[in-house]
Amino acid sequence: MSRIIRNRAIAADDYTTLADDAPLPAMGQVIVSLQRWRAERGALAGGGLRVGVRLANTDDIALVWADVRERPLIALEWPKFADGRAFTQARLLRTRYGFAGELRAVGDVARDQMFYMRRCGIDSFAPRADQDLDGCLAALTELSDAYQPAADGVVPVWQRRRRHA
Amino acid sequence: MYRYDEIDQALVNDRVAQFRDQTRRFLDGSLSEDEFRGLRLRNGFYIQRFGPMLRVSIPYGMLNAPQLRMLAHIARKYDKGYGHFTTRTNIQYNWPKLEQVPDILADLATVQMHAIQTSGNCIRNVTTDALAGVARDEIVDPRPYCELTRQWASFHPEFNWLPRKFKIAFSASAQDRAATVVHDIGVHIRRNADGELGYTIYAGGGLGRMPILATKVRDFLPEGELLPYCEAILRVYNRLGRRDNIHRARIKIVVKEHGADKFRQLVEEEYARIDDPALRLTAEDIERMRAHFTAPAYAADAAAPASFAQWRSTSSRFAAWARRNLKAHRVPGYHAVMVSLKPIGGVTGDCSHVQLDALAELAERYSFGEIRVTYDQNLLLADVRERDLYALWQQLDAQGLATPNIGLITDIIACPGLDFCSLANAGSIGVSQDIQQRFEDLDYQYDVGELRIKISGCMNGCGHHSVGHIGILGVDKHGEEWYQVTLGGGAGDDVAALGERTGPAIARADIAEAVERIVQVYLEQRGSEDETFLETFRRVGMAPFKARIYAESAAEREAA
Ligand code: SF4
Repeated sequence: MSRIIRNRAIAADDYTTLADDAPLPAMGQVIVSLQRWRAERGALAGGGLRVGVRLANTDDIALVWADVRERPLIALEWPKFADGRAFTQARLLRTRYGFAGELRAVGDVARDQMFYMRRCGIDSFAPRADQDLDGCLAALTELSDAYQPAADGVVPVWQRRRRHA
Repeated sequence: MYRYDEIDQALVNDRVAQFRDQTRRFLDGSLSEDEFRGLRLRNGFYIQRFGPMLRVSIPYGMLNAPQLRMLAHIARKYDKGYGHFTTRTNIQYNWPKLEQVPDILADLATVQMHAIQTSGNCIRNVTTDALAGVARDEIVDPRPYCELTRQWASFHPEFNWLPRKFKIAFSASAQDRAATVVHDIGVHIRRNADGELGYTIYAGGGLGRMPILATKVRDFLPEGELLPYCEAILRVYNRLGRRDNIHRARIKIVVKEHGADKFRQLVEEEYARIDDPALRLTAEDIERMRAHFTAPAYAADAAAPASFAQWRSTSSRFAAWARRNLKAHRVPGYHAVMVSLKPIGGVTGDCSHVQLDALAELAERYSFGEIRVTYDQNLLLADVRERDLYALWQQLDAQGLATPNIGLITDIIACPGLDFCSLANAGSIGVSQDIQQRFEDLDYQYDVGELRIKISGCMNGCGHHSVGHIGILGVDKHGEEWYQVTLGGGAGDDVAALGERTGPAIARADIAEAVERIVQVYLEQRGSEDETFLETFRRVGMAPFKARIYAESAAEREAA
């Protein structure tokens, strides 16, 4: 079982990522694509499976929310390190739609992005195979503060300065 | 000007430590070249043609004396003794070593400076009018809004990996001296019919290939709504901006592909759904920020009209300088003094460590310890007493900083071009120097009057050629340097416009001659001495210019 970071700790990954054509196990926790979830929802939701759904970073959250709102896990994808669309998806899922389940970053996930991912509401990270997990953990708190609100409850500086004055 | 509190300082210090660690991991091989590239760019560090380049941020162009001294120190210690000011009011160093960049950033942090987000596909330095706070036609000082925007944009977790770079500019006066309409977001601060402050918001302007003026997105946005509205625009862009083609990745393409109406609708819908009160600025937040930009203690006895008149009559060199390089100040007895970084035959925007140190001294002595970088790659001492003008001029002159050419044909904007930039098709600096030399004669320059030449070494348009009154763009023709010329562009002028192409590209050897011909046509065609080049061009159109530029010269006819 590969290892991930969840809630600021290194943990074993208890989800299996299924390809669209992989046979469904009878039990356990799986992550499937949105397409498969939509197509096989009955079979997936019926049995003893706990099902997370993986979105593409081009999916419009407004259009997929109804399908994924009840899921225990949503996986967001960074196809390339520098493709930042999923930051917006994460922030919207947390702050606009109030998603409270596990929000996982998958794909080209590396430590130098993780601080920003965390701020946008990602609480679960499946780092790329070459990543040093201890380094990743440290990166989550690399900057000690932030200026602006995001999805991590940071009170923006302009508001904090009101109290100082 | 803005002073860091402990929050700002902690963030900048953390950033230095973060980049030090990233550099270490890159050097020990645990961070890939490709990944490090994105990270070093966000700390201002490029790999250029002949080596690296570090771009240091100068938020909305403001510098104080200790910061100038630090810039001089960096030029001396880590570079070849000079820096280069850019149209984005930043400073670039051309020769730093990667291993030393974390140390440079640590040095900068000691004077509340950094290189954060000066490149890379993220929100860049916020710019504004160099005359902010002293201009007579200003509605309100734009700098507090710039600083609030700077803080909101710094390390923004959602918008740090955009499709492409993103530039925001503010203007708060009748004349848009910050060229806001060629920015990704252009903010015009204004009052509505009820006298309330707010903004007209433009988006999707940009130079480079496919230059385009920004589209008005919102006619009046209330003052407190600046940040939610910016978030709405950035979010639409982050979602819909193209990532498949770097040349079509700017927000202007989103506006173009969806159409202005649809784009406006997308932004407004997104804005309507952002209901986070934390993003809203209160009147008190803005007041608190304004307190950082209060007017200095102006002296009541600054004026010296008799002396000023006498200096002008006794020194024609001083008189020439005073005529071109002084700008009106809202406080009687004060002048805003332009420091020209365009000596004839020099390199546009370059400043040596000796000059930087001298400027720190002069800023302290004559302008409340502050100096500004302008959009046209000059500097500005914003608050100089009339009675100090002669002494200041002498000291600027001694440093080669008193070229009396502000706004004239030799006050050329030019990008670094082929001499430094790995993307260049052709040189900019040499062309600029050739043109300067042709027009070196001051009387000739004065006769020609207000004329802005802007030169870029490639389509990326860092020299803003598309909005030059005369724009010159370097193109590559079978490995040779050629130049495309445009006429009639403008930004920071009465009307913003993109230049119109004259015709086929012109060879390197002929470009200064072509500019001279353009000027001759203008001088022949102008209705009066008061009619500017732009006015004449708009009146008579391209035809007479085109005919002259491409006509064979007498010498050529003879040779043929
Ligand atoms: S315009 Fe082109 S050549 Fe000039 S600095 Fe920009 S990228 Fe380099």
